[in-house]
Amino acid sequence: MRLTQAAGRRLVAGIPTFWLLMLFLIPFLIVFRISFSEVRLAIPPYTPLLTWHHGSIWPALELHGSAYAFLFTDSLYVSSYLYSLKVAAISTLLCLLIGYPMAYAIARAAPSSRSMLLMLIVLPFWTSFLLRVYAWIGLLKNNGVINNVLMSLGVIDHPLVMLQTDFAVYVGIVYSYLPFMILPLYSNLEKHDPALLEAAADLGARPVSAFLRVTLPQSLPGIVAGSLLVFIPAVGEYVIPTLLGRTDQLMIGRVLSDEFFENRDWPVASAVAILILLLLVIPIMLFQRMQRRELEAGR
Amino acid sequence: MRSRGWFPRIALVLGLIFLYVPIVSMIVFSFNNSRLVTVWDAANSPTLKWYHILVHNGQILSAAWLSIRIALIAATGAVILGTLAGMALARFAAFRGRMLLAGMTTAPIVMPEVITGLSLLLLFVAMEQLIGWPHGVGAVTITLAHITFCMAYVTVVVQSRLTGFDESLEEAAMDLGARPVKVFFRITLPLILPAIASGWLLAFTLSWDDLVITQFVAGPGSSTLPMVIFSKVRFGVTPDINALATIMVLLVATGIAISTVWMRYREKRRERDAQLAAAANL
Repeated sequence: MRLTQAAGRRLVAGIPTFWLLMLFLIPFLIVFRISFSEVRLAIPPYTPLLTWHHGSIWPALELHGSAYAFLFTDSLYVSSYLYSLKVAAISTLLCLLIGYPMAYAIARAAPSSRSMLLMLIVLPFWTSFLLRVYAWIGLLKNNGVINNVLMSLGVIDHPLVMLQTDFAVYVGIVYSYLPFMILPLYSNLEKHDPALLEAAADLGARPVSAFLRVTLPQSLPGIVAGSLLVFIPAVGEYVIPTLLGRTDQLMIGRVLSDEFFENRDWPVASAVAILILLLLVIPIMLFQRMQRRELEAGR
Repeated sequence: MRSRGWFPRIALVLGLIFLYVPIVSMIVFSFNNSRLVTVWDAANSPTLKWYHILVHNGQILSAAWLSIRIALIAATGAVILGTLAGMALARFAAFRGRMLLAGMTTAPIVMPEVITGLSLLLLFVAMEQLIGWPHGVGAVTITLAHITFCMAYVTVVVQSRLTGFDESLEEAAMDLGARPVKVFFRITLPLILPAIASGWLLAFTLSWDDLVITQFVAGPGSSTLPMVIFSKVRFGVTPDINALATIMVLLVATGIAISTVWMRYREKRRERDAQLAAAANL
């Protein structure tokens, strides 16, 4: 009995672990390994890791740094990295500035209307992400809805160029990722004890300073969690900049995809992926630690 | 804080408007007669023209059918694997590989999709070279990829539901001699059923909606609905996509309404059962 139970547990934990090892961890090792190959015209289109030279029993290890060297010789790649970091950072900040007051208002709303408000925040998330980004094309383009409305109101005489600008990318990212910022902030703000604010008020603190010195520091875990949930995927974002963004400055996710699909250069695409991961490894580990703490809080 | 906070409230209202304006504009313009999507043709609108064109577009229909089949299988696979992982993480004390499993189930949630997509494709290519399977990429590889990134979300949902319950019910059943499998099906499963249901719906939606990972692991002849939509809208707005979006929004809203009513009903029934049990004890 004891033994079968242990075996059963091993099975329950083992099956998903095995699946993720095969389809999540090993693939990264393959990307890492191919990033040290050279492109060649063959199937598959990269040089093998080990080659057997004639007359030798031992295979020779073939490691090439050419994919990485290439990334640093062409300024396109470096500028795409920096641009992606900038876009992700500004979008995260905008999400925080817009999402914080929204989460705060929901957390302070009457308990009966909270679940309704939360559903309104989450509902767009259930409809297609791609179609919601696409909707912004119709709103932002030169003869789009926003320009038409502003011109008919006489606010402007020439259409504003909004599509294919940085502005459009910020709008798209903030719009798509706002729920990811609001939900962790809400679950943090909801737990705050209103007695603390009352105590601050009794001691003579004005609402603004009570907010800055009591609420804001307490909500720091929610701010960090929400920011990571926006920042990390935004760095590698592909759909939003492709549909709404500039054509003269690509984000790194688009560069990776183009290297792979257009240039068919698998080693360079892999090297781009590895460098994105190197940038994101600290934020990802931070997110995992927070997630673990959150999920194990109830234990 | 009482009624001091007028600023957050205004921000909330404006934020909600921001979230819903694009969706509403798609719905409105799906009934517009003009080809110039964003110019309202008052004389000939509203019209169902684009819906008519949409339902006769064989490419979109077959892509939608493929997407539905993939999402059904992927969501089911993700729920099975995600429930196992959630059980292991929430209920088993320290076991070997716990950190590994915990890390591998949270990382896919934030991992940029281009990286996940590239790595999965390279895996499938390497596997085909080594063991001759899978034969090229297509619906099978898309499904495997979707199961993998969806199960992470299911794990989180199931795990957080399980940590919300204490283990005393399961322990009591064990003490009374129930076997672990029986305990799972009679006690644990009914408790986490709402989490499993919402995990399945979440996985279905994510699979149905995914473009980037799918593009990497799809082959010729396996175009999913997001791939068809993307190739159409990449070069501008097309009115029939507005019609498609409206239909999808309607379906989602209906689905959410039904599941909300179902959850309420379950909650009510549980309360009533608890009351009956309390009354019986008197």
